[in-house]
Amino acid sequence: MLKLKAVHNKSLAMLMMALLLVLTACGSNNASPSGTSGSSGSPTSSGSSGSSGNSGGGSDITLEFQQWWGVELPDGALQEIVDGFTAQTGIKIKLLSNPYADTRTQIAAGAAAGTMADVVGLDGSWVYDFAKQGAIANLTALMQADGYDDSQLSDQIRVDGNTYMIPVVNFAYPMYVNLDLVNEAGVSIPANWTEFVNATKTIKEKTGKAGWAIPLSTESPSGIQNNFMSWLWASGGSMLKDGKPNLAGNADLIATLEFVKQLFDNGVVAQGAYAMKEPDMVEEFTNGRVAFMTDSLAHLTTIKSEAPDLNIDFIPIPVKDGYTGKSGMDVANWGIGIAENSKYKAEAMKFIEYMMSPEVNAKLAVLANAFPGNIHAQPDYPADNTLFLKAYDIYQAGYAINEFTGLPTSEELMRQFDEQLQLYLDGDTKTAAEMLEKTQEIWVKAFK
Amino acid sequence: MNTNSINMRKPDSPTLRKKTEPYLYLLPTLLLMCVLLIIPIIMVIRYSFYDNVIINKNPVFVGLENFKLIFENSTFVVAVKNTAVFVGGSIVFHMILGLAFAVVLNTKYLHRRTKAVSRVLLALPWMFTASVIAILWKMMMNPNGVINYLLSVANLGGSHIEWLASRDFALFSITLINIWAGYPFYMVSLLAGLQGIPNDLHEAAAIDGANVSQRFFRVTLPQLKPIIISLVMLDFVWTIQQFALIWMTTGGGPINATEMMSTFIYKLGFSKYEYAQASASAVILLVVCTIVAIFYVRHQRGQE
Repeated sequence: MLKLKAVHNKSLAMLMMALLLVLTACGSNNASPSGTSGSSGSPTSSGSSGSSGNSGGGSDITLEFQQWWGVELPDGALQEIVDGFTAQTGIKIKLLSNPYADTRTQIAAGAAAGTMADVVGLDGSWVYDFAKQGAIANLTALMQADGYDDSQLSDQIRVDGNTYMIPVVNFAYPMYVNLDLVNEAGVSIPANWTEFVNATKTIKEKTGKAGWAIPLSTESPSGIQNNFMSWLWASGGSMLKDGKPNLAGNADLIATLEFVKQLFDNGVVAQGAYAMKEPDMVEEFTNGRVAFMTDSLAHLTTIKSEAPDLNIDFIPIPVKDGYTGKSGMDVANWGIGIAENSKYKAEAMKFIEYMMSPEVNAKLAVLANAFPGNIHAQPDYPADNTLFLKAYDIYQAGYAINEFTGLPTSEELMRQFDEQLQLYLDGDTKTAAEMLEKTQEIWVKAFK
Repeated sequence: MNTNSINMRKPDSPTLRKKTEPYLYLLPTLLLMCVLLIIPIIMVIRYSFYDNVIINKNPVFVGLENFKLIFENSTFVVAVKNTAVFVGGSIVFHMILGLAFAVVLNTKYLHRRTKAVSRVLLALPWMFTASVIAILWKMMMNPNGVINYLLSVANLGGSHIEWLASRDFALFSITLINIWAGYPFYMVSLLAGLQGIPNDLHEAAAIDGANVSQRFFRVTLPQLKPIIISLVMLDFVWTIQQFALIWMTTGGGPINATEMMSTFIYKLGFSKYEYAQASASAVILLVVCTIVAIFYVRHQRGQE
């Protein structure tokens, strides 16, 4: 009996030691990546997942605002803006600033644990999943209760007809052009796809540099939204119908796919596309190795400071041959929403209305180098920033669009499209139509 | 007999205080490990038996359904295959490189100072975090990067090789990066092992007529065997969980050429929001690692 007990104890001890060994390996070996999407890196400031929302006591209300904007704006800028709200209403705002990737994870975890901040910064691609999780509040009801005129909003992100996110500022994705390469190759600025194919071919032949770049890394498949679909949207096309995937048999998409494949087959696309992320693409362009690039206007300052001698300009994205309608311009936004478990939804709505008011919205747009979410806002952009103003003119001549906002598992949809695109570009899938049928089959599963 | 003695305690029996004292010293660490490791592990194991969690307010118990879905998932099969290649290749070349450098650093033919400097330089890869290693190698493996440049200068490469972006090269490339990052651990451990082998054994073997190669295989390697087995098991457990390096270089792509179990779990959880299935995959990984760890512990105890 004693021997059996000793053997049992020994086995138990061994199992415990084994588990501890594995767990120690987990803890010691896994260096968490910094800044990658979804990583649980430590917050940069006092922002953890937030306490149970706010410290309400009597008439003293404090709203917690979880966002990544504070990290990307000049120091103290966001605090100054929210202090203006406090001065008007007496309601304090506690800023919880974290990097972008951490914010999504913290909102998901906070929603599950019931510890979400009252007001949250949102990306359009998160909205559907958070709305279905019941993490974010229905803003349509709150706006109606407050008698808010929502016609002044440039866009509202809806799920099942109700608004869950309001874009505060928009980051447009115009087409950058390296004028030095264009001039060296002796080509003119292309206005349509045929001209683009010819221009990039000539640039490659005469300068040896890539004509265009697209980041197709599956780690961060935003290249599908920002660089691929930009072609479709600029020519008035759409990948959805009534909010559902409309890929199979979509003539505009087939044409876009064939156009992009032609660029790859001509060898004018920057190498390493399948492992390239957006910052890598920007680096290629900044180092003068790419002639045309669709990228966020937010990177203009970085490009100008890294390569002050780079001769760049903005052009309208070349459209499909024969297209004469308005061009859609891809936008990413800083969106705002309210936690479903917030005790102060009405006050939180007031804060959103303040952030969307023309004056405040205009100020934020200038600070962020973005376009305002309120159509009446008149941002006072620095007059000497001619490039930025040109991009703004191009933006205003068209319309803002991003069909991935409000879709279920947006990032995964982009990744699935990316993988199928790679198979098509490599020749594994023979035709664009076949590629779209396969992708449609995969996509519809997410829309059930 | 001294009947005036009031000390009724047996002299060898420890007091309660003495018995609990070691555990009190361990308590802070145990509490931390419990909160940060044990409890989350138990929660994840629990999650794997529900239809979905975190985003689902009313999860339903589904037993082993998630495990069935995982084993039927074709991407999981690819991930297991890639992980096997990645782990196998890493372990083998960690061993070869680590042993080779350890032997060089243990040789009597180099000056002490040379060996000291070499030890630091050769151990450098181990000092970097996964983030730094990924950024460094991404830059070097860029089609316009230094590796392709050197290959073209030496007329060894054709047009620029897409080391991380090509389905033909991506798995090889990340395995290479992992080998580079991990060999110092083997090198340092084996060097310590080599220095612990008594010289008498080598002398006796030499007297018996054994040449260098015979001494290496018949004396050195058998003496290093316990360390080698430990290293292989630890490396297996660590490498199979490697995530940061793969995520930051290829993200599991192109397509699924470098999809590993770690990236598969991550995408299931944080991209598809299938937290229960991600938990099930994580439990599978935990079971595999625990089996290896049990052998490791038995091996260690056997040595004692």
